[in-house]
Amino acid sequence: MTGANGVALEIRGLSKAYAPGRPVLHGIDLAVEGRGITAVIGPSGTGKSTLIRCINRLVEPSAGEIRLHGQDLARLRGRALRLARRRIGMVFQEYNLVERLSVMENVLSGRLGYVPLWRAWLRRYPERDIARAFALLDAVGLPEHATRRADALSGGQRQRVGIARALMQEPELLLADEPTSSLDPKTSVEIMELIATLCGEAGIPVIVNIHNVPLAKRFARRIIGMAGGRIVFDGPPEALEEHHLVQIYGGEEWL
Amino acid sequence: MSDGVAVRRDPAAPLLREWTRFTPRQRLARFAIWLGIVAALVWSVRTIEIIPEFLADAPEQMADLLIRMWPPDLRYYPDAVHAALVETIHIATLGTILCFAFAVPIALLASRIITPVPALNAFAQLLLVSSRSVNTLVWALVFVAIFGPGAAAGVMAVAFRSIGFVGKLLAEALDETANGPIEALRASGAPWGAVMLKGYWPQVQPAFWGIALFRWDINVRESAVLGLVGAGGIGVVLDDALNFFQWDRAATVLLAIFAVVILAEIVVTRIRARLI
Repeated sequence: MTGANGVALEIRGLSKAYAPGRPVLHGIDLAVEGRGITAVIGPSGTGKSTLIRCINRLVEPSAGEIRLHGQDLARLRGRALRLARRRIGMVFQEYNLVERLSVMENVLSGRLGYVPLWRAWLRRYPERDIARAFALLDAVGLPEHATRRADALSGGQRQRVGIARALMQEPELLLADEPTSSLDPKTSVEIMELIATLCGEAGIPVIVNIHNVPLAKRFARRIIGMAGGRIVFDGPPEALEEHHLVQIYGGEEWL
Repeated sequence: MSDGVAVRRDPAAPLLREWTRFTPRQRLARFAIWLGIVAALVWSVRTIEIIPEFLADAPEQMADLLIRMWPPDLRYYPDAVHAALVETIHIATLGTILCFAFAVPIALLASRIITPVPALNAFAQLLLVSSRSVNTLVWALVFVAIFGPGAAAGVMAVAFRSIGFVGKLLAEALDETANGPIEALRASGAPWGAVMLKGYWPQVQPAFWGIALFRWDINVRESAVLGLVGAGGIGVVLDDALNFFQWDRAATVLLAIFAVVILAEIVVTRIRARLI
């Protein structure tokens, strides 16, 4: 992995247009360091989610480079793309767990990119993976829930499983797409705290899309403000002032 | 805002607003559809040419038949009916299992989200429709010609008729799966097989077993008549009894089929309740 001050992810000239001639992202340039949380804020429909999904290619970028430790992810296809995705964990707004599987199986599915298919089929995951899954369940505060079905959990518990699944990949980068938007304020803070602690300990840089500006300021080392598919603010949370928020979200009455 | 403007234009305007469920055009279309249904009904009644005399003495004939059937010749059951009944259930079960060998790959091809190639989807749909468009009895005639009379032809007939039904329902279940978990597994670098196994399969599993049991239930009923065209099972015994006008034996066969269908229904309902 990269040293503490090295650049982990470098994005250059990233553009995306879902329909020709109507770009959602206009030539984004962004370099993310090897540790800490980078929060992306901005109004709905401004391309935050598209930006994050371009990084692990859940969305195909139209132009530009996305370099993870030097490797250009935007050019990868097939097996090479799959191997690159193993290095990037992702946490979703709607948790995206497989509802009918147990918590343990959901966490272990973070290893599907690594284990042979027959092991997954027979549920014969390597000892090391199972030990790690138990350790992660302890870390996210669900030590008793390994055998429960995912659809029996509350929203906050599901997101904890989602975090454990993403960390199961031993990723070099964690992407979080609105991880707290479906949760109540208290649980939101707990989830952000969990991401900050676990990724801080493991030295995994995090890019998180977030609607809640105070929450972003509280946990992020760096804030990226987006408006109209462009980066309009980039700096530490202390530097984010009211006129920046007006620039990002528009209007003033809400402030 | 615009309230002031509206009041100035016509003070009674808000009271004069009218609401109708359908536009005149929609009303006309609905009338046309009803007219079409009535026309179709009249046309079909005229085409099938019901002979009034036959209709009139139908109750008499029915009563006559029932009297000849009563009492059922139950001694006939251990002699001939039991073995045929077991064979019928075997035909249904083997046919259902065999059908899945064909139906699962075709369903994967037919599902738009698993196979995002419209030409392949259309091809798979064509296979499914052609399987469904031929009745089990017709499939049985075809396979009796190929394999000769007997249970093997019955198994193949049941399997081929079931492919269309099972394949269509499976493809629909696959198309209705939630994309979120699939996306999460793809994002973690899981290969195609693992996404199928841990993303799609858990989601379609209840539908899969539901479809399998439902089809088995249908196949038990269908394989009961296969013997009429020589494809094995209890239908052979029924056919013999009918040909020799042994109505009391035919009644025994019908009772046996009835009992098995009821039993199958109970078993299937029980298992389905546990699955979900």
